[in-house]
Order: sequence, then structure tokens, then C-alpha cells
Amino acid sequence: MSATFGPLERISWGLYDTAVLTWRNLLRVLRNPIYLVTEVVIQPVLFTLLFAYIFGGAIHISGASYLDFLMPGIFVQTTTFGSMNTAVGLAEDLEKGLMDRFRSLPVAYWAVPVGRVLADLVLDAFGLGLMVAVAYAIGFRFHGDAGQTLAAVGVVVLWGFSIACFGALLGVLLRRTSTVQAFGFVAMFPLTFASSTFVPVQTMPGWLRAFSSHSPITAVVDTVRHLVLDTPGGGSSTLAAVAWSLAVLAVSVPLAAYGFRRLTR
Amino acid sequence: MDVSEPAIRVEGLVRSFGRTQALRGLDLEVPPGTVTALLGPNGAGKTTLVRILATLIRPDRGTARILGRDVVREAFAVRSLIGLTGQYAALDELLTGRENLRLIGRLAHLGERRARARAEDLLHLVGIAEAAGRPVTTYSGGMRRRLDIAAGLMGSPAVLVLDEPTTGLDPRGRIEVWELIESLVRQGTTLLLTTQHLEEADRLADAIAVIDRGRIVASGTDEELKRRVGGEVLEVRLADAGQASRARAALEPMAAGPVRVEGALVSVPVRHPSGAVVHAVRRLDAAAVEAEDVALRRPTLDDVFLVLTGHAAGADPEPDVWRVA
Ligand SMILES: Nc1ncnc2c1ncn2[C@@H]1O[C@H](COP(=O)(O)OP(=O)(O)O)[C@@H](O)[C@H]1O
Ligand SMILES: [Mg+2]
Repeated sequence: MSATFGPLERISWGLYDTAVLTWRNLLRVLRNPIYLVTEVVIQPVLFTLLFAYIFGGAIHISGASYLDFLMPGIFVQTTTFGSMNTAVGLAEDLEKGLMDRFRSLPVAYWAVPVGRVLADLVLDAFGLGLMVAVAYAIGFRFHGDAGQTLAAVGVVVLWGFSIACFGALLGVLLRRTSTVQAFGFVAMFPLTFASSTFVPVQTMPGWLRAFSSHSPITAVVDTVRHLVLDTPGGGSSTLAAVAWSLAVLAVSVPLAAYGFRRLTR
Repeated sequence: MDVSEPAIRVEGLVRSFGRTQALRGLDLEVPPGTVTALLGPNGAGKTTLVRILATLIRPDRGTARILGRDVVREAFAVRSLIGLTGQYAALDELLTGRENLRLIGRLAHLGERRARARAEDLLHLVGIAEAAGRPVTTYSGGMRRRLDIAAGLMGSPAVLVLDEPTTGLDPRGRIEVWELIESLVRQGTTLLLTTQHLEEADRLADAIAVIDRGRIVASGTDEELKRRVGGEVLEVRLADAGQASRARAALEPMAAGPVRVEGALVSVPVRHPSGAVVHAVRRLDAAAVEAEDVALRRPTLDDVFLVLTGHAAGADPEPDVWRVA
């Protein structure tokens, strides 16, 4: 950046770019009604209803209704899948040449990925709100107090942010939407299913349980679950969930930033 | 910004991609207020140069300056000086034409009011005001290209760079884009445009620089270049390709440069077009060569290349033994 720019001007310049690009990413979703309806509206609602009614009858959780057990898992799964939108969105901008256009303008280099991540967080929040509403209608309740509920939201948002930053890294690393989608399918399903998202890990065979109980998804889901169900003993999973989130951030942000700078090879 | 500086000054630019040397010591100067065409075949290095000028990639060696600002060390400043329209349209397909331009205006830090006003001005200038509220997915190729050029103009850049602005357009789209570029030129826009067509360079540019394998091999006005080619080209289509060598021998004395033979087609650069057709027919008759058609045409990039570099445009420098003729 030019020498006449102080650090504050640089940051406010970049924040303006970020706001402009966040709005552009959201406008794209509004302009794409099929995506809006299927990804943002139907998918979370469908997941909630399908899992609640299909598994709900078969799985019995001691001390809680399956719906109350399930919803924290669905919240985390939805935000985790949401990171693939971040990756695909950036890869698409790279493929379509829009990234070149942005980079040929006086735009802060970090504004493009950050604008992408923020837009995806807004969409995540919208999807989560919708799921809570649908789940409430069929009997889901937050059993903790306001502080616990807020903490649950905080943990989901922190994880959503971290995993979206990981998505940004994937986007700039893989660069092609088809590659990102293939990766997402292969990596995201096992990662989210081999965890405590839908069933307690104690029910799994030994080798799978070993994997699942150490999964970051399990840590985050268990933390949210303790807060939603108001059960004691959530301390260790909370620690693990926050540590995982920060670790993913600590790896993804510098590497993604490096990846974006490296586009100018 | 120094007014005495050329709009673009490129010195000794070198850039490789792995083993491919895209630029091998390229020099170029574009004075302010002029239009320069960078004329060269596919793979000559045009896009690589354009991407370096737009700060999208860095050169391995050499320097490039826009109005005195170095594209590597002062990349951020350069981005406010240069407007780029790449070889492939870089538009957000889901947004409308108007939204696309406003987005670029905001990212160029024009401020909301000026971004909106400039978007409207440019939508009129490029002739898509009526379609401005429709998503870009509904636009024709020519409309997209014109919108893309408008996007390059949003930040009121001191220098506009257009990379193959008419490639891939149908004839009508090409004429629309030519007319747009001509109106920009009348307004005094400093322009560097790349093209594979001599005709296009001829029509739009003050100066033409011919690029071949990463170097400028000739530059000058189109008149100067055509003089080197020898004016126009006489094209003879033979009834029998087997007579090509006899036709070549018969026509060689009237040629102003190398004679080219491709199957039954013989191309002869001629310095004096008047009477050339009659002259050629007599010579062919005398040599008992049967011609289906004899015509004069203006030189193409291929002719320019053959004369300037001694090889056909796009041909490999090394003999390619496995290439199927
Ligand atoms: N990103 C890249 N990776 C590898 N090779 C490249 C890349 N970009 C360009 N090249 C090579 O550099 C040469 C010049 O390409 P380019 O500048 O695109 O030419 P033009 O625009 O004149 O057609 C070509 O041989 C091309 O294959
Ligand atoms: Mg090119």
C-alpha cells in the first residue's frame, strides 16, 4: 500500500472493501432463488425434520428427548457444511476471473476472503434461526438459562467462523469448484457423521469410537449439547471445543492469507 | 504522477511459467493519449504482459511502470491508475449490469454517489442502459464484453488495457465493440489493446507493436508495418495443388517478400497492387498454370509475421517432427 496510508486508514479502507464484498455475496444469494430455497431454507429444515422423525423413534437417549439431543448436532453439522459454501464461492470467483478483477482494483487483499466468510456466517445464522424455529414447533427446547443458551450460540458461531476460514483456505488451495465439491463430499460426510452429532459415540465400535471421540465435531457438539440440555460435566468438552476452534483458526488464517498473496506469483 | 512520464513504460520484461518462457525481454512504451495495439498470435505473451501491468502477476526480471509507478513496488498505487478488461469477461453473472458496475465503483473507492452516477454514465456510453436492470446471464456476448469494458473504465483509469477485446465475438458484437473503442479513443483515453488481427490493430490503433514469442519484433504505424510486408497480398487459388511450385516460380519475380504456399493457395506480397492481378494471370498463363481464382487482399497477421520473423504465426521455433501436417 502507498506510503501515505497509516495503519488505521489501511484497516478502515479494507473494512469498507469487506463490507462491499459481503453485501455482494449476499446479493448473489438473493438473486439465485433456487440456491436460496434449497440450500438456505429447505436443507436445514429437511435435516431437522428427517433426522428428528427417522432416528427419533429408534434412538433413545437417557434423560433427554432425541430431538433435544439431536438439535445441537444439527446446528454444528450445518455450520460445518456451510464452510464448503465458503470454499466453493471463492473457487468460483477464481474460476470466473472475478478474483482477477478484484485484485486489479485498489482492494485490500484480505477483503475478498473475509467478505466471503462474513457472508457465509450471515447465511449460517439465518439457517440456524430457521432450524430453531422449526425444531421449537415440534417440541425442541433450550433447557439451560439465558446465559447457557447464549454460550451455546457463541460456541456454534466460533466454530462456524473457524471452519469457514478453513473453507477459505480450501478454496484458495484447490481453486476449482469441482475439486472443492469432490473434497467436501469425501471429507465432510465422514467427519460430521463419525462424531456425536446423531448418536452417542459410546454406541460405536471401538475403532470408530476412538476416532469419533477425538473429533473436533464431537467436542463442539458435546459442548453445545451440555449447554442446551443443561447437563453437568461439560467442562472438558468446552475446553476442547474452544481449543479446536482456535487451532483451526491459527492454521487456516495465516495459510489462507499466504495463499491469497501467492496468487500474485 | 509525473506528466512527462509515458503512460506505460516496459523495459526488459522477462517472465517464465515453469519451462515456458512467456516474455523474454520485452520493451514497450505507450505515450499518454495514444492507442497502441499489441499484435501477436496465440501464445505470444500478450496476456502475460497485460497481467503484469495490472499487478496480477510479477515479472521475473525487468520493470514495468504505469505513469512512473512501478507495478511491483507500487502495486497499490498502480491499481488506481490502470483499468483492465481481460481476455475472458470477469462479470458477476447473477448480478445485473448496473449492480456489477456499482460494485466495481465501490471497490475503486469512488464513494457511493459517484459510483452510482458513473455506473449510469457508462451504461449509456457502452449502450446497455436498457438492459442495465437484467442479470448478466441474459446478455449476449457483445453486451458482456461492452459491460466488461465499462467495468474497466469505472475507476476513471489513466490507462485502459483491453486484452483481445473482440476475440470470440460474432461479427455484429465485434463491430459494436469497435465502435465503443473508437468513441473512447475520441475522448482521448490512453489505451493498450491486444489483438490477433492486423485489421483490428489497423482500424483502432495509432501505433502497432508486433509481439512474437515474448519479444517485440517490430513496431510502428500500420502504414510502416504494411510497407514492410509490401502493401497487399495477391492470392492465387490453383486448380491443381501439384502445380504449386511452378506457380511459385512464375510469380516470384513480382513478389515484394517471401511467397507462401499452402496446398493449392499461393500468397504473394506485392508492392504495387494496380495491375497486379492482370500481371499475375499473364505470368501464370505463360507458365501453363491453371488458376481458379486470382485476387488481391490486405495483408493479415500471418503475412506480417512471415515477413518480420521468417516463420508463420504461432509456429514452433523448433522443428516439430511428430506434428501431423
Ligand atoms: N499460468 C500459466 N502457466 C503456465 N504457462 C502459462 C501460463 N500463462 C501463460 N503461459 C504460457 O505462456 C505463453 C504466453 O501465454 P499468453 O501470455 O497467455 O499468450 P497470449 O495471450 O499472447 O496468447 C504460452 O506459451 C502459455 O502457454
Ligand atoms: Mg491471451
